[in-house]
Amino acid sequence: MPAGPHQLDGHRVAARLGAALSGIVTRATDEWVEVAPERVQEALRWLRDSQEFDAAQLSNLTAVDRHTSFEVVYHLQSLDLNHQVVVKAIVADHETPSLPSAYPVYKGALLQEREVYDLMGIRFADHPDLRRLFLWEGYPGHPLRKDFLGIGGGRTSGLGRFPNEDPANRDRMMNAGNLTSQDMPPEAGGHGSAMASGGH
Amino acid sequence: MTTSHNPTNAAANEPYVLNIGPQHPSTHGVFRLRVVMDGEVIRDLDMIVGYLHRSMEKLAEERTYTQNIPFTDRADYLAAMSNNLGVCLAVERLAGVEVPERASYLRVIFAELQRIASHAMANGTLVSDAGAWQTPLLYMFREREKILDLFEMTCGARLTTNYMRIGGVSFDPPPEFWPALQELMDEMPTRIDEYASLVQDSEIFLARTRNVGVISAADAINGSLVGPALRGSGVPWDLRKAEPYCVYDRMNFEVPVGRHGDVYDRFMVRLEETRQSVEIIKQAMAQIPDGPHKTDIPLALRPPVGEVYGRVEGPRGELGFYLVSDGTPAPYRFHIRAPSLINLSLLREMAVGVSLPDAVVALGSLDIVVGDIDR
Repeated sequence: MPAGPHQLDGHRVAARLGAALSGIVTRATDEWVEVAPERVQEALRWLRDSQEFDAAQLSNLTAVDRHTSFEVVYHLQSLDLNHQVVVKAIVADHETPSLPSAYPVYKGALLQEREVYDLMGIRFADHPDLRRLFLWEGYPGHPLRKDFLGIGGGRTSGLGRFPNEDPANRDRMMNAGNLTSQDMPPEAGGHGSAMASGGH
Repeated sequence: MTTSHNPTNAAANEPYVLNIGPQHPSTHGVFRLRVVMDGEVIRDLDMIVGYLHRSMEKLAEERTYTQNIPFTDRADYLAAMSNNLGVCLAVERLAGVEVPERASYLRVIFAELQRIASHAMANGTLVSDAGAWQTPLLYMFREREKILDLFEMTCGARLTTNYMRIGGVSFDPPPEFWPALQELMDEMPTRIDEYASLVQDSEIFLARTRNVGVISAADAINGSLVGPALRGSGVPWDLRKAEPYCVYDRMNFEVPVGRHGDVYDRFMVRLEETRQSVEIIKQAMAQIPDGPHKTDIPLALRPPVGEVYGRVEGPRGELGFYLVSDGTPAPYRFHIRAPSLINLSLLREMAVGVSLPDAVVALGSLDIVVGDIDR
């Protein structure tokens, strides 16, 4: 089960958040709640201050490049109630993504937002000190974007092809744990270093 | 800045920029601080990191989940076992892999040994930062050395262990491991008493660490501090209790917390945690069942489409792995929530207004590992 042991149902969070701040929730799933990116600071502040959710700590902030948009992911933690709330903001503008900073709500966002800005190129409005964190000013591009430095010349990392992995077998492989190493070919070789030893 | 007519006084009052690092013993690695000083007092501080940035998160997107485990050794190189454990638990949750019971116990034993070794390093270097040049550090290294010998005995490596696997651990410890572990656990409590007696009542150490680098509980929570940095401020938050993984729910142990949130409390929290780790290892040794130490998983492990945020309580606190799978053998996104980086969120607030030696001790008490900051 991907959901964490104490992770709250996104639908439940969405119902309460949407009732308090109308129009802020754009989508909810079992695991997370998606909010309008321009209002994310408002949503985080409400979750932090609400008695029911008590999201006192921002435990993780990161982003995922979805090719045409960015997902900014916030993992919020209540230390008193011991539960986790996952909030996402989908930023549709892939060229110049921008959304409000979480820093006014959580000081722990200071370096995490700088990291996201550095590696993904997402700008956080009203962040007090938005500079690159690991790379230097003037570095061309944002490396964690999916379009940054793909392998050229039509080559691939080789991960798409595993020997003897026919489509009938693939369905069984999706269900990990039912398969032992006896079902697998003894060696994967033939495609270079990316294919070196697997799950043994 | 000054209205003095004496040119020498004018120069004395002028703030100046002091560069510390990247190569400097008190920065514990390649970590640079630019400090604006007014006499002895820090007026502003800027940290410059990235000297050790190896773009692990980008590299991980071209490799299978198993191939990514060695990267985590090199992220926090003082706590390779904890990092291995974090990523393996996250992948196992994502892919639905069951772990044999013996493997879970072995994971607990090695993670706790790693915690003792890492805390010995953290406390030893902190005492060095506070002026006790090297002697207590070498006392603490003595036991760390024995722990690294146990790692070597089991998996052949001392620092970058690459020991845990998705679905278990790579090797069952050899027969000679268990008596050596028993011997170390028997002597460890007296050794910890020895460390404590070296420093905890030393007048110099108390003067350097009491009421220095104070962080209130509210600031620590809001600033995303985790691990001993959070517990030193009096917040009893430990993922081994709050969200038990492996077999921690069967272990009986305490979560030590500080009272004032100063450097001394963070030091003592780490010292007490090593005692608790010894207790956990003794219980795990008594309870460990026979059986397989790993499950076989497919070479091309394809977790279903989805995402997971798996986390463990590493020696530096919450170590998280946010993995997004698109159903292929390589992760679509592989993010490491690095406690060393995020614990620095409040560094500027801790340092501004205090003297430089106090800021160095405060930085030492946060126990940063630069490989973990930069990844």
